[in-house]
Amino acid sequence: MIGERYINGLVLAGFLAVPIWALAMDEPFTITLATRASVLAMAAVGLNIALGIGGLVSLGHAVFFGLGGYAMGILAHHAQTHAALDLGFLAIEGSRSMPVIWITAVTVSALAALLIGLLSLRTTGVYFIMITLAFGQMFFFFSISWSAYGGEDGLSIYVRNGFPGLDTLVPIQFFGLCFTALCAALLLHWRLRASPFGMALNAARQVPRRVETVGLNPMRLKLLAFVVSGAVTGLAGALFADLNRFVSPTMFSWQLSGELIVLIIIGGVGRLMGPVIGAALFVALEHFLGGLTDFWHVWLGAILLLIVLFARGGLIGILTGKDGPRV
Amino acid sequence: MSAILIIEQVLNGLQFGVMLFLMAAGLTLIFGVMGLINLAHGSLYMVGAFAAAAVAGATGSFVLALIAALAAAACAGTIVEIVVIRRLYRAAHLDQVLATFALILIFSEGTRWVFGSFPLFLDIPDYLSGPIALPGGIEYPLYRLALIGAGVLVAVELWWLTSRTRIGIQIRAGENDREMIAALGVDISRLYTLVFAMGAALAGLAGALVGAIQSVQVGMGEPVLILAFVVIVIGGIGSIKGAFIGSLLVGLTDTLGGVFLPELFKVFMDVGAATQTGSALASMAVYILMSVVLIWRPTGLFGMRA
Amino acid sequence: MKLKSLALSVTLAALAGTASADTKIGMITTLSGGGAGLGIDVRDGFMLAVKQSGRDDIEVVIEDDQRKPDIAVQLADKMIQSEKVDIMTGIIWSNLAMAVVPSAVSQGVFYLSPNAGPSALAGEGCHRNYFNVAWQNDNLHEAAGAYANGVGYGNSFILAPNYPAGKDALTGYKRFFEGELAGEVYTQLGQTDYAAEIAQIRASGADSVFFFLPGGMGISFLKQYADSGVDLPVVGPAFSFDQGILQAVGGAALGVVNTSQWNKDIDNATNAAFVESFEAEYGRLPSLYASQGFDTANLILSALDRAGVDDADAFRAALRAAEFDSTRGDFAFGPNHHPVQTIYAREVVQEGDVFTNRILGVALENHSDAYAGDCEM
Repeated sequence: MIGERYINGLVLAGFLAVPIWALAMDEPFTITLATRASVLAMAAVGLNIALGIGGLVSLGHAVFFGLGGYAMGILAHHAQTHAALDLGFLAIEGSRSMPVIWITAVTVSALAALLIGLLSLRTTGVYFIMITLAFGQMFFFFSISWSAYGGEDGLSIYVRNGFPGLDTLVPIQFFGLCFTALCAALLLHWRLRASPFGMALNAARQVPRRVETVGLNPMRLKLLAFVVSGAVTGLAGALFADLNRFVSPTMFSWQLSGELIVLIIIGGVGRLMGPVIGAALFVALEHFLGGLTDFWHVWLGAILLLIVLFARGGLIGILTGKDGPRV
Repeated sequence: MSAILIIEQVLNGLQFGVMLFLMAAGLTLIFGVMGLINLAHGSLYMVGAFAAAAVAGATGSFVLALIAALAAAACAGTIVEIVVIRRLYRAAHLDQVLATFALILIFSEGTRWVFGSFPLFLDIPDYLSGPIALPGGIEYPLYRLALIGAGVLVAVELWWLTSRTRIGIQIRAGENDREMIAALGVDISRLYTLVFAMGAALAGLAGALVGAIQSVQVGMGEPVLILAFVVIVIGGIGSIKGAFIGSLLVGLTDTLGGVFLPELFKVFMDVGAATQTGSALASMAVYILMSVVLIWRPTGLFGMRA
Repeated sequence: MKLKSLALSVTLAALAGTASADTKIGMITTLSGGGAGLGIDVRDGFMLAVKQSGRDDIEVVIEDDQRKPDIAVQLADKMIQSEKVDIMTGIIWSNLAMAVVPSAVSQGVFYLSPNAGPSALAGEGCHRNYFNVAWQNDNLHEAAGAYANGVGYGNSFILAPNYPAGKDALTGYKRFFEGELAGEVYTQLGQTDYAAEIAQIRASGADSVFFFLPGGMGISFLKQYADSGVDLPVVGPAFSFDQGILQAVGGAALGVVNTSQWNKDIDNATNAAFVESFEAEYGRLPSLYASQGFDTANLILSALDRAGVDDADAFRAALRAAEFDSTRGDFAFGPNHHPVQTIYAREVVQEGDVFTNRILGVALENHSDAYAGDCEM
């Protein structure tokens, strides 16, 4: 059996090696795939803060992913059409600068997470799963009928937004940006988990009553975790939108929330690198199985089923021979 | 807006509600007894509809089609329970979600493999087609009235089964304390298979009944599944009574919201904007209802567990 | 089996193509999940034309977008970056087209739309490398409005799902319909029960109903409408009455009038040969989507006969000239590279066991679209 630390190192090294190899072989699309995997991984890392440490199974994280995406879409759309976003009391200029878009995405999704968290954390277990799903569906249906920003058609942004000092249209440079963001999210997760806050949160997941008796408020711990989690997923949403140069209501769909959970479980719940392994495998399967047969969903389903039935603790669980924490 | 139209819309809401109940009843039983979140319940609905369409196409008999739907869904349910679900009862909710999500993928694409990508044909039998006149000058489709009747009948039978029969006592006991009833000599794994098959059969029946007035196609189960989850969460998971009341609430909210919200907005907006805003809000209405209920009562209207 | 052998022949063409192909066509379409029927029809129509041409210097790369915009964008990146295709086609849905087309054509690829025609790409957002071989989204709805005038309807109840294409549909109908509106309703996207809307129709005092509910939504509506006892005449665009869907609607659709730029009984040699060979190849009647895929391929082939795709200006001019035998008879492009064509009113009829359409007459002659004036190329 291999130590988890070595696996983590290997995965990150592999993640870097593939695009560099692709660059050498002149296979730009492989770089795009790696970028997609790192952005999805980052969204799932965000969810993993709430789910892995805090035990909050949210089936509504697409809300934050979508909000991040629309933050990018709306700002860039206004910059593209040279029309300020008029809120009545305040006119906001559009922006094509990634840092500005990122700050907006993080702020908006953190606020949404605060609000949704306040309302949802009154419930637990399946009720929590379902109420987060309900919020996701509300955003989904709202975005479909909100014609000012394209409704179901979504918004196309013709050129990728800029980052100072980089040409983001060059696949490898944009990959570098996304990969750095993913590493930052992983670092945040790692530091959070080892911090007093993370320990208390972990304890609040396992035995809430004891946490209360030492004078901590489990509700506030969970809320904070939910907000941080939403903010990270929101940032990933902004990057995803820039990767595709397009946003649409599918970013809000419950299938997307479900996929994020799937990524975490494939890799291993509560593991630092679980979402990264999960995303890499998912994107690879989607790409290769999709090329083999029209009915590739059947095989994807079978593989997922095998993982649940015979690989408790996900791929990292198989490799290390240890089960992950139960959620 | 006339009284006749309002009554007709209420009937529509009720009819939608009782069909949701057929789905929700199985879902809530399976959750209550086995503690299992079954996302694949919508696939069993689809299996029922496809089986009905296939048999109706071959024999022309609607009754045979319904029987086929019940049988096919129950069989599919039994097989799935024995092969997959049985291994998941003690697993975390997350594993259950993933495994049953995987089953959806397999069922949907598998069905498309067998039946092709185009919707199938399933129609109402002649003796149930067309409208009939109700007192007060209301014309209402006979088939929809029959659906309301069938739904209420199933609800009564379920109530009788769970509160008046031996099996029902075992089911309710299983909800409360599974070790104890196993110790009392009840074959718990057979009971679980039975409950799962029963839930599956109800879903299949709903699929066939609704398939006759809707489109029998791959993926038809997913929207219904989400609504059925909304229903059981509103009603309180594990409660048949809660599922019944939740179904009616969701059915009425969805139907009446779609009709009256746009009308309401027309009072203070121009027609075009009002229809759009009203419809947008109507599509969110059910979910707003659910979150309000959960904020007010975090375990649903009739939920027991904390 | 037919599908498999076709897929095989495509792969063989691909293998052979690595040696000799000089034109590479990328097709992104919906082949799995909901709505796969439309993509399969477009693909089959397209590949039939390629096969009939007997050319071995064309390679077609086919990918499934699963009806997800982000997958479609990813596939487009792959086709442009890795496969280095010259021409792209295949997308069924407007929202996917909006996600893919603008960035593809700005990278110098030609895009020919076999189905979607969003207004944003017909007006100010038009592009010299973008050609629409099907219709602008509003066209069939406009024709339905014109037809309603022609038969003297004066008071229509109109409904469509609450999303951009639905709004375009109602706008298109109202642009040509001269009567009153008894009601205007937006339904939910993906809605399956229309009892509430049908009750509103019954109470509205309308003399006709116009609806745009593509795919399964239309099947549900028609079945429920037929059973409701409301017997007002219904008009709609062809999307709820194509060959793939009609069998699932059954008798409920009989006699309903719908508008289409194509039907299997349009009287010309190309169309007759197309219908016959499609049925022979795939064992089913072709749909409107199949005809659009077939026409798209033949347009490309006709342009390739006149100019290589390397010479972009000459190839564009050759596409622009549209000198190919269309299944629709006369076919020409307007200034915004969208078709100027005749749109027919059809009626659903039963031929033996099969439900299909029969042309009643012309709804709009040589019709262009409302956005052409905004297009500056």
